[in-house]
Amino acid sequence: MAPLPVQPQPPPRLWRSPEPKRHYEVVIVGSGGHGLATAYYLARNHGIRDVAVLERGWLAGGNMARNTTIIRSNYLFDESAALYNHALDLWEQLPAELEYDFLFSQRGVLNLAHTEQEVRDSRRRVFANQLNGVDAEWVEPAEIAELCPILNLSEDIRYPVLGATLQRRGGIAKHDHVAWAFARKADEMGVDLIQGCEVTGFETDGDRVTGVQTSLGPIGAGRVALAAAGRTTLLTDTLGLRLPLQSHPLQALVSELLEPIHPCVVMSNHVHVYCSQAHKGELVLGAGIDTYNGYGQRGSVHVIERQMAAALELFPIFAQAHVIRTWAGTVDVTPDASPIIGPTPYENLFLNCGWGTGGFKATPGVGWVYAHTIATGRPHPLNEPYGLDRFTTGALIDEHGAAAVAH
Amino acid sequence: MLLIHCPWCGDRDETEFHYGGQAHVDYPDNPNDMGDADWAGYLFLRDNPRGLFHERWSHTAGCRRWFNVVRDTATNEIHPETAGKVAP
Ligand SMILES: Cc1cc2nc3c(=O)[nH]c(=O)nc-3n(C[C@H](O)[C@H](O)[C@H](O)COP(=O)(O)OP(=O)(O)OC[C@H]3O[C@@H](n4cnc5c(N)ncnc54)[C@H](O)[C@@H]3O)c2cc1C
Ligand SMILES: [Zn+2]
Repeated sequence: MAPLPVQPQPPPRLWRSPEPKRHYEVVIVGSGGHGLATAYYLARNHGIRDVAVLERGWLAGGNMARNTTIIRSNYLFDESAALYNHALDLWEQLPAELEYDFLFSQRGVLNLAHTEQEVRDSRRRVFANQLNGVDAEWVEPAEIAELCPILNLSEDIRYPVLGATLQRRGGIAKHDHVAWAFARKADEMGVDLIQGCEVTGFETDGDRVTGVQTSLGPIGAGRVALAAAGRTTLLTDTLGLRLPLQSHPLQALVSELLEPIHPCVVMSNHVHVYCSQAHKGELVLGAGIDTYNGYGQRGSVHVIERQMAAALELFPIFAQAHVIRTWAGTVDVTPDASPIIGPTPYENLFLNCGWGTGGFKATPGVGWVYAHTIATGRPHPLNEPYGLDRFTTGALIDEHGAAAVAH
Repeated sequence: MLLIHCPWCGDRDETEFHYGGQAHVDYPDNPNDMGDADWAGYLFLRDNPRGLFHERWSHTAGCRRWFNVVRDTATNEIHPETAGKVAP
């Protein structure tokens, strides 16, 4: 096995902590990866630098630092493949561009198939991916054994592994470092990153938003862009704007630090667990959302029990590992398991939400298209299909299950 | 793990229940007269409050009946809905 990589050392000071100005050309609500990437591309691609990113807590303290860091683009539908693959192209060039090694590791992602139907669905997704220029392969158990020797490939388990899709370009990255990398470059270009500043409502004038009310007082804005993940509807409710979103707890857990044993990312939709080994050595495991709505940032123990039972059957070697931490984020889920990115009935208010369980992998891609939408007032071709109107027209992008993991 | 009070069986573990989302979302009286926007609203728009939420649960592993509760989505504190046992 390869030696453990050296952890990148962040520079001593990454961004300023300015007092908020009274007015900005663009105010972004939320400094998760999405808000920060959007600010970065607003400055870099569109020359818009009079930008504030307002954060109620601390920078990247939301889902950005709670996710299981899996990056892939093997989605079934054309619209999704295009958006997530755009993000993957950007991931590959970002460490050099941001001058920050956030340990993007393209160690490959296996999505297991455990039933005949899943084999057919998975092979269909491979063909669809290939037609869309997304790297994808179907691999049989013999090859899986070479890619991930610790997987239990016995035919005698309850849900034997019948094969898997493999995306070699997929992998993981250190999520908080990604946020810090974007934050530093955005800050260098003049973006104000303001922590401890909760947005509580809006100032409006007819069909325009003129500013936001915050815990640090009112701040005027030419345009307002939401990137508030699970708390989006708390803000849009204040405008009487109803969105097709439900916020749920989504949990994950890590083991103690172990020697490198888990060479790739393994995901199973059917027994529903996904697992990789972080650079430091923890096993990182996740599963599905808790069924009920919740903002408590904690979920139910039985969800974790099931996910660990599934992991143990697939990886018997984990039996001796200790769980060190469990936690939850609040994720906003849409009826078609795809995000909403685009304009609202307010001419200068924009939405980026509904990423549910899978928005980390999109971080640079969504930053790119959202910045375009905010700068030009119209969607980029890649986010055009993701408008709010799809729930009225019926042009849903229904990635439930199709996207290789149940949501 | 939530401890949920079934009006017929008493306090039981969350694992015995199935979640049904927001309560009191009635099937429209005259769906044929509705425009696309209203129909989309009925199908897809639900409240998503941080705080008290009227919601449905079904005791799938027990008596299999549906009932409503009011739960605080920030604290998970659950109160039986006062307006009667039987869900609409
Ligand atoms: C346990 C878990 C595992 C996951 N695993 C993966 C994975 O493996 N791969 C993947 O692609 N995705 C994964 N995700 C999903 C991914 O984390 C999210 O989709 C993504 O982080 C959402 O975008 P964001 O970065 O903007 O969200 P966040 O980081 O949550 O950013 C939103 C920010 O807005 C702030 N905010 C909210 N309201 C206000 C307000 N009123 N005023 C000011 N600030 C506000 C919040 O404090 C927060 O910092 C996972 C999520 C969780 C919880
Ligand atoms: Zn009962």
